[in-house]
Amino acid sequence: MSTTAMMSRGEEVTAPAPARRPLRPARVLLHVFLAAVAVSWLFPILWAVLTSLRSYQYTAANGYVSLGGWTFDNYVTAWRTAEFGQHFLNSVYITVPAVLLTLFLASCVAFVIARFSWRTNLILLGLFTAANLLPQQALLIPLFRLFTQVPLPEFMSDSELLYDSYWGLILVNVAFQCGFCVFVLSNYMKALPRDLYEAAMVDGASVWRQYWQVTMPLCRPALAALATLEVTWIYNEFFWATVLMRTGDKFPVTSSLNNLRGEFFTDNNLVSAGSVLVAIPTLVIFFLLQKQFVRGLTLGASKG
Amino acid sequence: MSDLPLVQADRAVPPPVATTTTGGRGRRLRLLSRTDRVVIALMVLVPLLLVVALVWLPALATVALSATDWDGIGPVSEIEFVGGRNYSDVVNIYPPFVPAVQNNLLWLAALFVVATPFGMFLAVLLDKELRGTRFYQTALYLPVVLSLALIGFVWQLIYSRDQGLLNGVFGSDVDWYGDPDVNIWAVLVAAGWRHVGYIMLLYLAGLKGVDPSLREAAAVDGASETSTFFRVVFPVMRPINIIVLVVTVIESLRAFDLVWVINKGRNGLELISALVTANVVGEASRIGFGSALATIMLVVSLVFITVYLATVMREDRR
Repeated sequence: MSTTAMMSRGEEVTAPAPARRPLRPARVLLHVFLAAVAVSWLFPILWAVLTSLRSYQYTAANGYVSLGGWTFDNYVTAWRTAEFGQHFLNSVYITVPAVLLTLFLASCVAFVIARFSWRTNLILLGLFTAANLLPQQALLIPLFRLFTQVPLPEFMSDSELLYDSYWGLILVNVAFQCGFCVFVLSNYMKALPRDLYEAAMVDGASVWRQYWQVTMPLCRPALAALATLEVTWIYNEFFWATVLMRTGDKFPVTSSLNNLRGEFFTDNNLVSAGSVLVAIPTLVIFFLLQKQFVRGLTLGASKG
Repeated sequence: MSDLPLVQADRAVPPPVATTTTGGRGRRLRLLSRTDRVVIALMVLVPLLLVVALVWLPALATVALSATDWDGIGPVSEIEFVGGRNYSDVVNIYPPFVPAVQNNLLWLAALFVVATPFGMFLAVLLDKELRGTRFYQTALYLPVVLSLALIGFVWQLIYSRDQGLLNGVFGSDVDWYGDPDVNIWAVLVAAGWRHVGYIMLLYLAGLKGVDPSLREAAAVDGASETSTFFRVVFPVMRPINIIVLVVTVIESLRAFDLVWVINKGRNGLELISALVTANVVGEASRIGFGSALATIMLVVSLVFITVYLATVMREDRR
């Protein structure tokens, strides 16, 4: 399979008009293979959507390998019993400030790293980037203790602690995600022409103005890509919310999935409706901002 | 540690370019006003404080606690130093440890031997300007946007014993998530499903960055497509290869969400990350013991993180 598929490329060079090129068997085979892989990759998601649209009574009587029993009730029931409205709101409370703060703090550090050539910059970059890659579970014990010791005023959190508060989750997400953004942004900023700063300095622009009015506007593409990626990641974050939250109705959507399992245990149709509901925001982001998403990931891997 | 950049900022070294054009050490510093220096210090210190306080200090504390017998309840003054006892306990008298290490290694092997090469293979196929390539790519990396916790639920619809698709189609009676002989494999299929798309994406970007003249030169020399890839294209993608290697290792070490939503990492699905968590938030909170497990994770990950940083920083200097 692989060799036949790869052979076709050599011939491609001699055929300069790809649009009118006749389909050769190797190419047909390649398409069949890729289509088969693509469909099997989509299948688990499509299956979840399909299951969510069928009534439990029907599938219980006829088995899941059947057709019929179409209904929208699972979504209504799932939304109501698992209190998705509240959990989505919690996710918004955590994700939006965390992403904004991550991008702001990371761009500050990245600017200093890219703008000045100090020896400590490499250490700084290393400290931030490595922090993003450490296994979170390994830091759980001290962080858990720390969060249960730090008091918050009651108007900030009814737990009066960093533990079991939105603030705590926002901070921990920012601390972990900063590294990736510092890495991507500092590479991006290093590629900007240095003359810009010379010109700004001749105009007497302060360092803050150079950052805010010269560098940041030029970083919009990178910031857009990172924002897309970070929204998805923080929305999907499961571990910290699971261990640093206690009150059931304060959990963000992704980690509230665990409750959903208990409540819907015997009803896979409800589980699938719940799963689809949780997936919808990320899928919307993915389809609307696919380019940003892909660019964010690849910016991190191959530099700028 | 945290005031390092401030100290350095005061004896800032001008970049080589500035030295040759403007001359004189410290020239750049004089260009910075007092306000500027305060602003720079704040720009670095605020984020640094957050990362040091919430990531690096906890990491050090984990290592320190792993040598104590703290139960997490008693006063800090009563903490006793026990040396390597926690480590020998982990290895000798903690039954889930060995299966957890095996599962983590299996996880790594499955991603590394199956999912990563398959993702790379798909990237090579998709790198040809095919019609419909957008559809294929989208389908393949769609799972990447889903959280691993959610993936556990999506696959439950296929694996569930009574209501799952697999048993429905084959008429079998296997509890894919529950049976300790098969559940790790079932979970690995789900994890691999997501990993393939991610790797494909990284290599697709890597392949786009390969100088086309290299391929042309190889074609002129009469090299076959396959040998061009392995002898020319693959070696020049070295930075991507290392990043993929590190991503794969770190992902298999950090694997957690998937097994935690299924059964909290028990009964065939033990992973080191889940053991650490269970020792802290579970019924028996054994801080020193859990920290020893966590330190093992930290050390392994730091080795690969160092490799990663060395690679990207070397690329940086080019």
